[in-house]
Amino acid sequence: MTRLFQSNDQTLRRMCYLTIKEMANISEDVIIVTSSLTKDMTGKEDVYRGPAIRALCRITDTTMLQAIERYMKQAIVDKVPSVSSSALVSSLHMVKMSYDVVKRWVNEAQEAASSDNIMVQYHALGLLYHLRKNDRLAVTKMLNKFTKSGLKSPFAYCMLIRIASKLLDETEGGHDSPLFDFIESCLRNKNEMVVYEAASAIVHMPNCTARELAPAVSVLQLFCSSPKAALRYAAVRTLNKVAMKHPSAVTACNLDLENLITDSNRSIATLAITTLLKTGSESSVDRLMKQISSFVSEISDEFKVVVVQAISALCQKYPRKHSVMMNFLSNMLRDDGGFEYKRAIVDCIISIIEENPESKETGLAHLCEFIEDCEHTVLATKILHLLGKEGPRTPQPSKYIRFIFNRVVLESEAVRAAAVSALAKFGAQNDDLLPSVLVLMQRCMMDSDDEVRDRATFYMNVLQQKQKALNAAYIFNGLSVSIPGLEKSLHQYTLEPSEKPFDMKSVPLATTPITEQKMEIAPVATSKLPEKLAPSRQDIYQEQLASIPEFQALGPLFKSSEPVQLTEAETEYVVRCIKHTFARHMVFQFDCTNTLNDQLLQKVVVQMEPSEAYEVAHYIPAPSLPYSQPGSSYTLVRLPDDDPTAVSCTFSCTMKYLVRDCDPNTGEPDDDGYDDEYVLEDLEVTVADHIQKVLKPNFGAAWEEVGDENEKEETFALASVRTLDEAVGNIISFLGMQPCERSDKVPENKNSHVLFLAGVFRGGHDVLVRARLALADGVTMQVTVRSTEETVVDVILASVG
Amino acid sequence: MDSTSLEPSLYTVKAVFILDNDGNRLLSKYYDPELYPTMKEQKNFENNVFSKTHKADNEIAFLEGMTIVYKSSIDLFFYVVGSAQENELMLMSVLNCLFDSVSHILRKNVERRCLLDNMEGVFLVVDEIIDGGVILESDSQQVLQKVNYRADDNPLTEQSVAQHLTEKLALTTNVLQSAKEQIKWSILK
Repeated sequence: MTRLFQSNDQTLRRMCYLTIKEMANISEDVIIVTSSLTKDMTGKEDVYRGPAIRALCRITDTTMLQAIERYMKQAIVDKVPSVSSSALVSSLHMVKMSYDVVKRWVNEAQEAASSDNIMVQYHALGLLYHLRKNDRLAVTKMLNKFTKSGLKSPFAYCMLIRIASKLLDETEGGHDSPLFDFIESCLRNKNEMVVYEAASAIVHMPNCTARELAPAVSVLQLFCSSPKAALRYAAVRTLNKVAMKHPSAVTACNLDLENLITDSNRSIATLAITTLLKTGSESSVDRLMKQISSFVSEISDEFKVVVVQAISALCQKYPRKHSVMMNFLSNMLRDDGGFEYKRAIVDCIISIIEENPESKETGLAHLCEFIEDCEHTVLATKILHLLGKEGPRTPQPSKYIRFIFNRVVLESEAVRAAAVSALAKFGAQNDDLLPSVLVLMQRCMMDSDDEVRDRATFYMNVLQQKQKALNAAYIFNGLSVSIPGLEKSLHQYTLEPSEKPFDMKSVPLATTPITEQKMEIAPVATSKLPEKLAPSRQDIYQEQLASIPEFQALGPLFKSSEPVQLTEAETEYVVRCIKHTFARHMVFQFDCTNTLNDQLLQKVVVQMEPSEAYEVAHYIPAPSLPYSQPGSSYTLVRLPDDDPTAVSCTFSCTMKYLVRDCDPNTGEPDDDGYDDEYVLEDLEVTVADHIQKVLKPNFGAAWEEVGDENEKEETFALASVRTLDEAVGNIISFLGMQPCERSDKVPENKNSHVLFLAGVFRGGHDVLVRARLALADGVTMQVTVRSTEETVVDVILASVG
Repeated sequence: MDSTSLEPSLYTVKAVFILDNDGNRLLSKYYDPELYPTMKEQKNFENNVFSKTHKADNEIAFLEGMTIVYKSSIDLFFYVVGSAQENELMLMSVLNCLFDSVSHILRKNVERRCLLDNMEGVFLVVDEIIDGGVILESDSQQVLQKVNYRADDNPLTEQSVAQHLTEKLALTTNVLQSAKEQIKWSILK
C-alpha cells in the first residue's frame, strides 16, 4: 500500500484513498497508512488534502483522534474550500464516535460558518447544530445570528428552515415569533429549493390557520404548473398533506390539480386525485371515480392503498354516494393486489357498512363474494366474524348461511373455526333457522381439526338448551375478562385446594382495548408490528401493587383510573394520582417528581382529608425523591360499609415531606433537614371510579339475560345541556360505562336518541343502562337501570340525580 | 407521509446507483447502514426500482417508503435515493450534478462501454459529490476541477490513427526539410 503512495499519478493516488475508505471496516493495522495520509493531509498539493482528510477520518479511532486533532483544527479553518468542507464533514462523522473531542472544535466551526463558499457554510452549520443539539438556548442563539446575517448557500437555508421549524415545534411558539417570520421570508427567496422547503415547513406546523397557509399554498400552486416533474411531485404531495387538515385552503388549486390528473407520471396523478377526493364536492365524486378506475391497475400497491384510504374518508363525508363507491371497491377487490391492499379495501367496506345501515346488504353481498376466493386467512376470518354479527339481523339471513357453510367445507382450519362460530350466531338469533343450523353443526363435529370439533360440540350443546340467557352469555358476548388475569387466577386456584367452584367474578376485567388510530394516510414502508398479547396497563399495576405487602390482603384489583394531575405543569413538585379500586378499598397512588435540583425530599406522604364517610387506613411513604426521579407514595382508604350509595367523595390533599438542601451539581445532601408541606389540588372520587367499562356486542341479549327483577326507571331534565351530542358525552364520561351498539354516535337532525351503556360495578355485578333522550326545549332523559344487585341500581340512580 | 418533520441533519442521501439497460448494477453506494444491509437485499431493491421506472421516463418516483429521483441517457439509468420527507429538489440537484460530471468525463458519451472503461473516474466523481450520506458538492464544475480526470483517448478509432499518421508524416517532412537545408548550406559554404 505504501508503494502506491509514492506514485505521482493523481488518479492513482485518489483511488488509493477510496480503497482505504472501503477497507476501513476490515483492516486492523492502519498505522502505516496513517502516517502517509497525515503527510498528504498537510502537504502542499491541495488536490490531495481534502480526500486524504476524509480517508484518514474513516480509519481513525478515538485514540488516534487526539493525535491528529491539531491538523483537523487547522484544516477546518483553511482557506481552500474543499479542504474545509472535507474536514467539517469528517468531523460530523466522528461526532458519533467521540463527541467530546469534536466538541472542542466548535470555535473553528463557527469561524468556518462565516466563509463565503456555499458548501462550507452548509457543512459548518450542520456540524454546529449537531454539536449543540441538546442545548436549546445555544441553538436559538445560533439561529438568531444566522438569520440576521444572511447566508448565501441554499442548502444552508434549507437546514436553517428545518432547525427553525423544529424549534418552533418544541417551544410551541406562536406565529408571531421571529422564527416564523424568517421562514415566511424564505418563501420569497430566489432559489426554488429554499422556497419549497419553507412552504413545506409552514404546512407541517401543527397549529396553522388558513391565513398563514395562504402564501405557502399559492407558492405550491405555482409549482404545480412547472415543467419539472420533481417540482410538480413535491407540490402535489405537500398539497395533499394540507388537504388533510385544511381542505378549504386547497380548493383554490382544484383547477391545477385537475390538470395534473392526466400527468404522465403516475405518482403525481394519483396524488392529485387523492387530494381532489379530499376537497371535492359531492357532484364531482362520480367523475373522479371514473377517472381513478381507468388507471388504478397501473399504479403500485402503496399508492393503491392511499387511494383506498382517501375513498374511505370520502365515504364518511358523503354517505349518500355509498352505492357508487361500493361498486368501485368491489371491482378493486376482484383485481390482483397484495395483502395490505386487500385489507385496506375490506376495512373500507366494513366501515361503510357500519356507518351506513342502508348499504349493509350490498356490502355483505360483496364481501361474501370475496371470501369465495380469498387467499388471506386473516381477511376471511374477519369477514366471517362480521357476517356472524350482522347477518342474523338482515331480512333474509338464510342466504348468508350458504356462503358460510361453503367455508366450513373448503378452507383451512382457522377459517373453518371462524365459520362455525358465525353459524352458531345465526342459530342463536333466528329460531326458524335453528334446526338447519343444528344439522350443519352435527356435520362439523366430524371435522378433522380439533378446534373446529370443539367449537361445534360446544355450540351444539348450548343451542340445544334453547335458553336465551345461555345464548347471550356464551355465543354473543364473549369473554370479558383480561386473559393474563384469568391465567393467574386459574393458576392460583389450582394451587390452593378448595371446595367451592372457580368464580369468574374474581378475575379482573379486561379494560376495553384501546384501538390505535393509525393516522397513516400515506404509503409507508411496511413495518412489522408484533401482534402479541401485551399485558395491559391494569395487569402492570396489579403486579406493582401486589409487591407491596400491606396491599396483598385486599384481593384482586378491580379497576385503575387514568392519571389525574394534582399540580400545575411547571411547579416545583409535579404530582399525579392514579386511583385503584379494590373490592372494599381504594388505593391512591401518587407519582411525585421533584423538579428542584437543589433539594432532596424524603419520607414523602400525601395526607388526605375526606369529605364524606370514607376512612383513611394507612399511608405508605415514598422513601426518597432526588432530582427528577419520580417516586410513588400510596394511601389506603377503606370504603364506607354502612351506606353503599355514598360513592362519590372529595379529598383535600397535602404533600408532607422532609426536605434536605443539597448541592445542585453533585447531589450531596446536607445533614439536617426540615419538615415542609405543599398543598395539592383536591381529588375527586366519582361513581365512574367504581365501574369498569365492558363492551357487550349484543346489548339486547345482555339486557334479557340480566333480567328485570332489579329494574328501576326515572326521568330527569338536564337543564344546562343544549344538544343531544353534549348530553350523550356527559353521561358517558360521568358514569364511566361503555356505550354499546355504536349508540354513542347521535345521527344528525334527530330529536331523540337511545343510548345503551354497559359496565360492571365493583364487586362483580353487571349493570346495564338504557337512556332515552329527547330534545325539546332542553334535554329530557329517561333512565332505565338493570343489574344483578339492587344496591347497584340505587347507586346509579342516586348519582345521576 | 406522517406529519412529523425530519430531524434537521446533514445526512440527506441514502443511496446512489447506476444501472444499465437490463437492470444490472454498474455502480452503487449505500450510505445508510440500516437500509438494506446485505447484498441480496440491495439487489432486490434495485430490481424493484428498475422494473417500476425504466418504462416511463419520469424523473421522480416513490417506492418502499423512499423518494427516488432518476435520469436516463442512451442506455444508462442514474438513481439517487432519499427518505420520504427529504426535500426532493435537493435530491434533484445531487442527481443533476452527478449526471453532468459523469457526462463531462465521458466526453458526452454516456453509455455503458465508455463508463466501464472510465470506471475510476466515475468512482472519484461519486466520492466527491457525496460523502457518507452528506452532500459534499453540488456544482459539477467544482467537482470536475477536484477530480481532474482525463478520459483515455481510445487509440483504436480510425480518426486517431489517421491523426497519428499525419503527425508522423508532418514530422518526417519537417526532418527532411531541415536535412535538405543543412546539406544545401554545407555545399554552398
